Amino acid sequence: MSRTSVLERGVATRAAALLGLFMLVAPLLLLLSSRSADAITLCLPKKDESACIAGTMGTRAKPIEGVDVILTKPDGSTETQTTEKDGKFSFTVTEPGNYLVGVDPDTLPDGSELRPPAQASLRGPDGALKVDNVQLGQNYGATLTVRDADFDDSTNKLDEFIQSAVNGIRLGLLLALASVGLSLIYGTTGLSNFAHAEQVTLGGMVGYGLVNVAGINLWLGGLGVLVICGFSGWFQDRVLWQPLRRRGLGLTQMMIVTIGLSLAMQYAFQYFVGADTKRVVVASATVRNFGPVTITDRSLAAMAISIVVLLLVGYALLRTRIGRATRAVSDNPALAQASGIDTDKVIRLVWTVAMALAGLSGILYALVVNGIKWDTGLQILLLLFAAVTLGGLGTAFGALLGSLVIGLVVELSPLVIPGDFKYAAALLILILLLLVRPQGLLGRAQRVG
Amino acid sequence: MDDIQQILNAMMREAVDPKTAAVALAVIGLNIHFGYTGLLNIGQSAFMLLGAYGFAISITQGWPLPVAILVGLLVAFVFALVLGVPTLQLRGDYLAIVTISAAEIVRYVGRSVGVEWLFDLTGGAQGIPGSRYRDPFTDLSFFGSGNTTLLPFNYLDVSESPLLRLAGWLVVIGLIWAAVQIGRGKIGLEGGARTGALLGLSLATILLVFFLAPVAAQNTGVEGWWFTVVAWVIVAIGLLLVLGLTRSPWGRALKGVREDEDAMRSLGKNVFAIKMQALVIGGLFGAVGGMMYVLPSTVQPDALGRNITFFAYTALLLGGAATIWGPVLGSLIFFVGRAAIIAGANTYLSSDQYINIMNRQQTSQFAFVVIGVALMLLVIFRPQGILGDKRELRFNV
Repeated sequence: MSRTSVLERGVATRAAALLGLFMLVAPLLLLLSSRSADAITLCLPKKDESACIAGTMGTRAKPIEGVDVILTKPDGSTETQTTEKDGKFSFTVTEPGNYLVGVDPDTLPDGSELRPPAQASLRGPDGALKVDNVQLGQNYGATLTVRDADFDDSTNKLDEFIQSAVNGIRLGLLLALASVGLSLIYGTTGLSNFAHAEQVTLGGMVGYGLVNVAGINLWLGGLGVLVICGFSGWFQDRVLWQPLRRRGLGLTQMMIVTIGLSLAMQYAFQYFVGADTKRVVVASATVRNFGPVTITDRSLAAMAISIVVLLLVGYALLRTRIGRATRAVSDNPALAQASGIDTDKVIRLVWTVAMALAGLSGILYALVVNGIKWDTGLQILLLLFAAVTLGGLGTAFGALLGSLVIGLVVELSPLVIPGDFKYAAALLILILLLLVRPQGLLGRAQRVG
Repeated sequence: MDDIQQILNAMMREAVDPKTAAVALAVIGLNIHFGYTGLLNIGQSAFMLLGAYGFAISITQGWPLPVAILVGLLVAFVFALVLGVPTLQLRGDYLAIVTISAAEIVRYVGRSVGVEWLFDLTGGAQGIPGSRYRDPFTDLSFFGSGNTTLLPFNYLDVSESPLLRLAGWLVVIGLIWAAVQIGRGKIGLEGGARTGALLGLSLATILLVFFLAPVAAQNTGVEGWWFTVVAWVIVAIGLLLVLGLTRSPWGRALKGVREDEDAMRSLGKNVFAIKMQALVIGGLFGAVGGMMYVLPSTVQPDALGRNITFFAYTALLLGGAATIWGPVLGSLIFFVGRAAIIAGANTYLSSDQYINIMNRQQTSQFAFVVIGVALMLLVIFRPQGILGDKRELRFNV
């Protein structure tokens, strides 16, 4: 046997083996090559080995091709990828740390530029995006936005203003539903109810339970929320507030009781429902455009329902016997009682209606912002107080006006100041107003000190 | 017994935690506002947060420790002035709404990311990590390194029998009961004898408790003895200050404002000035508490939010408003009680060995529900708390 034949035989075996292997992996390779046509490299993060930073230039509908995306690594070195037809880029990195993702402005299409990230904490040098604290085994999304270079914010200002104003009125109406009740309770009993916001959350939670979990029709579910929340108000007054009034517990102490109730309810929500956002309706809402305004069907319905309910409450307060009695108790409980009004009955009714309205506000809020969480109410509690105080403590129509003002301030203020100051702006307005007009917009001038 | 000893150890760790002392300081400040002057301040967390920011940011800017502390105090001082001018002339419930709104404004601004220079200072919702401002304080420690167990002489040296510990805890309860009786004036001791007896009983109780549930910790590191001792020494100094202040004519003027503003006015007192002084002094206590609170952790705006104020109220009402010892006793009972509920629920309600009806997240939520209900029951059935005098709490907004 010569050496060559051995060699030949070896080659032949190896070739056969290779061929077999190829047959096996060919479909896989085909798969891979077809994948690589729409992704630069398939990046899958491996635990403790690598991480991925990926994103798309342009939108999914209109990707931008041929842009040089530059990744700056923690050690200062850079890596460049050119986007293909689908506009995607995907970097595999092997070092944890802080990265920067930017683009080469010369490779962007003519007349467009990179928009710096809106959040200051993500803003790197030259409009690059900071991707901080990259850890191995994770995927990181890098959202780079491209806009026209002659993109002019001012042309959009009016449209933006109208859209924000509509959002503001929507928020104001929802706040009004809850704050009218808060104001009526304050008016008839003198109590600042810190647990009112949890009643708003309760409305959303009951809605989630009835509509999403139990699968009841949304309209019936809404009715159920009204009934259950109204009952919770009746029940609270029956077992808690009325006995406390009878005991002669001071208002300060009662207010601290409401704080305790609010704490207990918040954590009870977390305990029983969980700490994440729950959606009342899973399907997303239909979006409509009216000129510059984009709004969902649900928001429109919520606004209409709020207006109708608020009108009904207003009519009841002004024109019905019980409404007049409520206003009388609000004005002067002792005198009202002396003139034959059963104040306890009126207050019981006020609690029931106020909690039903808060619940309605909660389920509508959950539908409009697409979900309810244990602290949803907590976030708007101070807006409610601001609305009530702004309108004049204890005046129902003041609460309505105050809510609309607060809603508009919250939604319009981001046009001039950073967005995360919007709640702060509403509260600041409250404090400033108290300086010049402590009785509120519609309150009667009286000694408040 | 092992289970119980573990729960007791968890309670002890919470009791010596510098954060408990920090909240106790804030509660002492709140006591000046609410207990003595009748100011319904629901924004005590803002004083804490501002003190913490002033302190931490100064140090990250490279300023020395004493200057940083002064900056923290100054920020709280200015905040008290800004808050007081528009609100102290108004009725109590307006003060409540404005203070809580102002506290929320401070928190929103602290956690905002929209303004770059602000974000560079505060670090947004993530906050400022403790490692960036803790060192100057840690460097002051003369405790050296290593670990210490308090007490080094404890029940393990005598006998491991549960009977010894059981008897010990019964004695502890007896001592606390005696201290409470003396504190409430039920036992006829007056003046120096009363203070002396209280101090003696407290010391004996503390030593016995450490004997029964020894705590081991680092000498200087985070959560170590250095932090604990400094925090509680500051609390002791704060108590002495409040003792002096409330027994002075000024302290009586505070109570006068609480009981009847108009009567004070007719006596020629400047009610606004007295209220403002109370707001500032209580706020400064809050600021010191805030600095102490963040030293072993981070300056996170959401950690010093509304709930801390509510906890402070619970602790104050538990211990007894308008009393000297109430805030400290209340804070201790509050945090130790919460630890006991969580540890107890973890042991008995969340394990396969006993009953398993909740998971580990739910046990702490359960504790908060209990706290909320406890606050309600406390205010309804015992508004004067453990040490307070019911007659002192008739005031109203």
